[in-house]
Amino acid sequence: MNGVHDMGGMQDMGPIRYEQDEPVFHAAWEGRIYGINASLRARGEWNLDAWRHQIELLPPADYLQMTYYERWLRINEQLVVKHGLATPAELAAGSANPGSAKATPALTQGMTQDMTHAGVARHLGRGIPSSHDPKTPPHFQVGQTVRARNIHPIGHTRLPRYARGKVGAIVRDHGVYTFPDTNAHFQGEKRQHVYSVRFPARELWGGQAPPQDSVHLDMWDDYLERV
Amino acid sequence: MSAAAHNMANAHDHNHDHDHQAIPSDPALRVKALESLLVEKGLVDPTALDALVDTFENKVGPRNGARVVARAWVNPAYKKRLLEDAPAAIAELGYTSGQGEHMVAIENGPKVHNLVVCTLCSCYPWPVLGLPPVWYKSAAYRSRAVIDPRGVLREFGAQIDEDVEVRVWDSTAELRYLVIPERPAGTENWNEAELAALVTRDAMVGVAKVPAPGEKA
Repeated sequence: MNGVHDMGGMQDMGPIRYEQDEPVFHAAWEGRIYGINASLRARGEWNLDAWRHQIELLPPADYLQMTYYERWLRINEQLVVKHGLATPAELAAGSANPGSAKATPALTQGMTQDMTHAGVARHLGRGIPSSHDPKTPPHFQVGQTVRARNIHPIGHTRLPRYARGKVGAIVRDHGVYTFPDTNAHFQGEKRQHVYSVRFPARELWGGQAPPQDSVHLDMWDDYLERV
Repeated sequence: MSAAAHNMANAHDHNHDHDHQAIPSDPALRVKALESLLVEKGLVDPTALDALVDTFENKVGPRNGARVVARAWVNPAYKKRLLEDAPAAIAELGYTSGQGEHMVAIENGPKVHNLVVCTLCSCYPWPVLGLPPVWYKSAAYRSRAVIDPRGVLREFGAQIDEDVEVRVWDSTAELRYLVIPERPAGTENWNEAELAALVTRDAMVGVAKVPAPGEKA
């Protein structure tokens, strides 16, 4: 989707606002929504790619005005309704309808045996829909010149606009990962190789870029074509 | 967000029937309502939330990454392992986590300076750096880091020579990048712990260099 989230190369977004000694969470509610988000994701009703796509579906004007954790709050409100875990009326009331089903928190189940940081981390780690698989052959080799395909899917994609149609070289094969463009829409994992692709800055931005500079993107097989 | 921005966002919502909810606009109240509801339904355990907040506020953060970098500086065999198989080398120091199982370490040198961004959102190496700062997730940084990295570096106060390659890493997949900065001059006799204290989060993202002893970060 050519959404507002795909920001690489946009201009005039203002100065970078740096905060000295920045706290991890700026208010207690940010930490709570972080934890709620992790707990819900650990249930597995939606995968990480679907979660990312939900953020991208926020109306562009809202996306730009919201803080980071305001986006997390909004999409978690949307996801619990979308996946039938709560109704809008329950959200508004902050309490469950009488007689509604009661579950057991997934994150707690995973953490009760091991409440250490590593236990939390292991449980969260299950939400990352990617892994290595030596049986899936690569379509490209390290050193090969490739072009990022000029595609504009209406759904989720991790191929940024600024790289589409551009020519680069494969510098590393990272192994096999779930393909986000299908996984985000629950259309299968379509596992394939992901490569580090080096694009000269001038290929992306023209003569204004210094000749020696470069941008590396991580690209799935389906994002690339032979030159 | 300002009150005016809140009102505009709410006005916008009311034109979208898919999102029409009479819920409080204050995020603190909305989160409280959401947590109460989900706890009542058994979908969320408040003590698990406490543990997660504690983890990221007190246990995971850039000091982890600084220890990895310092060890790489003093121990060439460790650095080699870190560059070849970062997840295993980082796990040697006891750090593992959700956004980190596909870590890649990238090394700065006299002729190359690496800088990490996630133009699409906020991907960041949690186990070694913790959760990302607001500027890393901001439109200003995400938009400019790929088209004007030298301008970004100047804004952060980093001097990068003309003949050095600035190599930007846009974290578009599940790989998470940790920059191994250059060890500053004047630290030849420092031990690992002293070096770790010198390594900054910004240097491990690649928006700054590690300051030499006595130099302002």
